[in-house]
This record gives sequence, C-alpha cells and structure tokens, in this order.
Amino acid sequence: MEILRVEGVNKSFGGLRALNNVNFSVEQGTVHAIIGPNGAGKSTFLNCMIGRLIPDTGTVKFGNISLTGMKPYEINQVGVSRVFQTPEIFAELTLLENVIIPTMAKRDGQFSLRPFKRLDADREILDKALHMLEDVGLAEKKDVISGSLSRGDKRRLELAMCLSQDPKLLLLDEPTAGMSRADTNNTIDLLKRIAGRGITKVVIEHDMHVVFSLADKVTVLAQGTIIAEGKPEEIKGDPRVQEAYLGGAHL
Amino acid sequence: MSTRTSPARDYIFFAIFSVAVLTMPIWLEPIGAGYPDLLQKFAIFGLFATGFNILFGLTGYLSFGHAAFLGVGSYTAVWTFKLLGMNPIPAVIMAIIASGIFALAIGYVSLRRSGIYFSILTLAFAQMSYNLAYSVLTPITNGETGLRVLRSDPRLFDGNGGQEGPLIANLFGVEMTGWGGFYFCAIILLIGFFIAQRIFRSPFGIMLRAVKTNQNRMTYTGLNPRPYTLAAFVISGMYAGLAGALMCITDPLAGAERMQWTASGEVVLMTILGGAGTLLGPIFGAALIKYFENIFSAFNEQTLHEIFSFLPDFIEGPVISVAGLFVGEGWHLTLGVLFMLIVIFLPGGLMEGVSRIGKLFKRSSGKSEPNRATAPAE
Repeated sequence: MEILRVEGVNKSFGGLRALNNVNFSVEQGTVHAIIGPNGAGKSTFLNCMIGRLIPDTGTVKFGNISLTGMKPYEINQVGVSRVFQTPEIFAELTLLENVIIPTMAKRDGQFSLRPFKRLDADREILDKALHMLEDVGLAEKKDVISGSLSRGDKRRLELAMCLSQDPKLLLLDEPTAGMSRADTNNTIDLLKRIAGRGITKVVIEHDMHVVFSLADKVTVLAQGTIIAEGKPEEIKGDPRVQEAYLGGAHL
Repeated sequence: MSTRTSPARDYIFFAIFSVAVLTMPIWLEPIGAGYPDLLQKFAIFGLFATGFNILFGLTGYLSFGHAAFLGVGSYTAVWTFKLLGMNPIPAVIMAIIASGIFALAIGYVSLRRSGIYFSILTLAFAQMSYNLAYSVLTPITNGETGLRVLRSDPRLFDGNGGQEGPLIANLFGVEMTGWGGFYFCAIILLIGFFIAQRIFRSPFGIMLRAVKTNQNRMTYTGLNPRPYTLAAFVISGMYAGLAGALMCITDPLAGAERMQWTASGEVVLMTILGGAGTLLGPIFGAALIKYFENIFSAFNEQTLHEIFSFLPDFIEGPVISVAGLFVGEGWHLTLGVLFMLIVIFLPGGLMEGVSRIGKLFKRSSGKSEPNRATAPAE
C-alpha cells in the first residue's frame, strides 16, 4: 500500500530548475532512500514534501490527504515527522522537556491554553517521555540541558522526539552527516531497531554504507530528475547511477 | 525542571514569598525604605515586571512598548472611578479587560515579526499611543494636564455626595493611601505572582520556553507558535494594565508621560537586572531600581559629609566630590554602572548571583552533585 505519492513536482529558484517533473511513491512500512550527488535536489524535494517549500506544480499526497499548501505544523499533526540535517532540538531545555513537548503536541494538538494545569502532575506525558528517552538510551541524562550533548546524542534525542509522536512517516535528512564512524553505526542500529515498528521512513543520505544497510528501495536523483529506482543491489550495478553519482567508479 | 518541581515545594516557596512581601515594612525599615509610598512602588513595579517577564523571560520576545498598557490601565481605572465610584475593585477589573483587548490588537500585528522588528513595532505602537493620549484624544485623556476624578463626576455607586476633602480610592471604607494602599497592592502582587508561578509550571509555560529556544523545531513538532506568543503577549499586557490601575488606585491621577518609551525601557531594565526568565528576579530588579530612584536621588552633599566624616579632611574632599556624581541628580549614573556590572559579570541577572552563591555553599559543605544541569533559579 502506498503511503506517500508525489506527482509531477516542479520547483525552480530563479532560473535554476531544482526539481523537474518528479514522480515518486513510498510503500507503507518500508525504508526508502533518496541518494544523489550534491545539488541534485534531494533537500529541495524533502522540503517540498514537508511544507517548507511549496512546489511550483504537482501534488504531494499522504494517504488520501493532500499535503501541498499545508503548514508544516499541520503536516506534522497528520503524522509526518522530520529529522533535520543538523539536529534541531530545544537546546536550552533539558532532555526530558525536549521530549515532553512533542508528546504533548501529539496529544493536545497545535495549540492548547492551559495556564493553570501543572505539568509535573501529568503522569501520562511524563511517563511516555521518559519511556522514549529510555528507548534511545538517554534516560540517565534526562535532566541535562540538551545543548551540551554530543552530536550523536543530539541526533538520538531528536529521534526520540520524533518517535514520541508515533509518526506514520518519518523523513530523515542525512541522519549521520558529520558523525564519527561509531556514532554512525549507533544511529544505524537505532534506525534498524525502530524499523520494526511499522514506521515508514524516507532517508536522504550520502553515506553508501548507511544506505545499503538500511534501505529497502533506493531512488537516485540527479539534476532534479529521477534517473534510477530499485532495490539497493540493482542500484549498485546500474551503470547510469555509477556514471552520474559515483563518477564511474565501482562500488 | 519538571522532575525538580513539585506542588509542595511551590506552595512553600509561595508562602515564604508572601510573608516576605507582607513584612516588608518591618525588614526594609533599616535601609530607609520602610515607608508606604516607596513600598507601593515596589509592589506595583514588581507586578509590572512579573508580567513583562512572562513575555520576555519565557518567549524571548522583547517588547519595547509595555508602557502603553500601563497607560491604558491607568486611564481605564480613572474613568471607572469617574463613572462608577471610588471602589478599586471595578477599576482593577476594567483595567485588566481594557489592556487585554488593547494588547490583543497590538500583539496581533506586532507578532507577525520577531527579533528586533518586533521590538521596533511595539515601540512604534507605544509612541503612537503616547502621542494620542497627549494630544489627539484629549477629550478622553485630558491631554497634558492628566486625567483626574472630579467632584462633578457621576460616580454611580458612591454618588456625588457633598463630602469634603480630596477624592481617594477606598475599599469599603479603607482608604487606598499610605499603608492601606500598600497592602492592597501587595495582595494584588501576591495574586499576580501566584498566577505567574502556575504559568511557569504549566504545559503552556513549557511551550513558551520552546518558542524562545527553537521555533523551527516547534513548527515541525506540530505546534503553531503564533497563538502561544499572542497569549503570552496579552497576559503580560494585562499585568501591565493591572499595574497601571494600581498606580491610579494609590493616587487617582493618570498622565500621558506614563506611556513614554522611557517607562517601557525601565521595565526591560528591571527584568534584565533581576534575571529574565526567573520568577523572583523581575521583582528584585523592580525593587532595586525604585530604591535607587528614591533613596540615592535624595542624597546630597550633607549626607555624604556625614558618611565620610571619619576620613581626614584632605581625603574627604575629593572622595565626596567623586561620590557626589553618583547620588542626587546623578543616581542614574549609579544605576548605569550597576547595570553594566551585572550584565557583564552576571548575565543571568541578580538571580544568577544568588544561585552562584547557593552553589558555593553547597560545594563547601562537600555535597557537590556532579553532572547536574544549571537549574534556573526560582
């Protein structure tokens, strides 16, 4: 079953055609990787899906909801979460508070004014948030201000924040960018572990090691157009991909 | 925060704070601040800064126009006196409503921008309000003379009786000047403080802190920051209006100068001096500034002579002439130096100083807690 369908998306910046008639669909429960050389339009594509950019033409459908023209917070409320290239967390708050916020956003919607309710009495939210922190192995640091974490830990925190919302679709923009090999492997393990929960994932990635150890399906983007799509093994052997993306070198 | 707070701790904290506020006349006596006029100002400006802190301390939106709400609250209070009588309670309620509506309108427009553009927009609105009050709206505000209650006003509930003497607010017979006025302001301050404390601990409060930290993440977390900031803006505007009403309750006169940008700047100074984002900080800051304004400005050459009389004459002369710059008319200089020192050495304001001293004590008693995050002081 398809969970996300992108049809005929075009996006230009001035004279630059960043996306050229992109058609793309994601099956429920799979990990779908998007790869491509620098400037191929991967991030633009992701931004068009999440509402940060509005495509010039074309539609993005999530299930039977049209995401085109929706605000980012509305898109999140229907079940799409996003992990950023540089971890976006609430750097001045503690880890627990960082997870409490998305958990409440999921339960109470985009705005709720309850100035007299006590947060420390809301067991449901606190337990859920703590459970999510345990899940990614950060429970011990729950009272630490999150800005002081290492990059790998920030990424894990961001994942915990996204997962606390039980998203149907999780978009990851280079989840291992700028990480050491050890942190990368930890992140891969974590992503594999959560892969079993039926959360569909779209991953943008540079690191082939990550792509081939995670993805069920790979789409290759070059100069704003899709040049190949298929299983990781097929992509590895595709001469067009090697030409465009790997400069002809063999994997 | 959420694991370190508990209702019990908050109630104890509030109880201690209440006792401290209500006994101010006693423990502020030795430093010369134990008289009602000054203590009323402590309470009124403490309330003003507490409200300002809900916006600035939690969401990080720096408003340079909060004096406008102070003015709206004042004018509304005086009009309520004129129309309904000298009871302060309707004045308080009407002032909160009027300033809330006014804040909703200004906030709706200003909050379309953030950072410096937001500050400039609020400043522009406040200056517009000031000029309107000063000239165009003279029929409502009585222009530069200021609005006061007259004997000929209808005063629906206490009638236009022929009683003699000046018209002052009174709460069922208790006159709102002197100590009566102070206790009325102090109780309103306590109510305001209690509400602020609850907001700090509520889900709404944590969302406001999320606005300050990372609006981008907030949007991609399914939260719309706009209504949160607008709600914070309106709440802090209501606090300002309430403070404005209290000014008129203790002295039933409203003037346009209350809305000038210097008054808006003053509340910013109070909040930063005390510690933005902390509960007690803004109240400390307000008290400190009002103390300097009233006590240091009253010093003169004679007082300095008395203080430095132990020094030999040839030293006393220069010392007094240097110190003389910082007192009397020059009290702003003292305040400026103090403000610079605090911003440079204690960026978190006075409350950061308090928590640092607290930590020193903890460490010296050998009970240092490793790996513990720097908790914002209460």
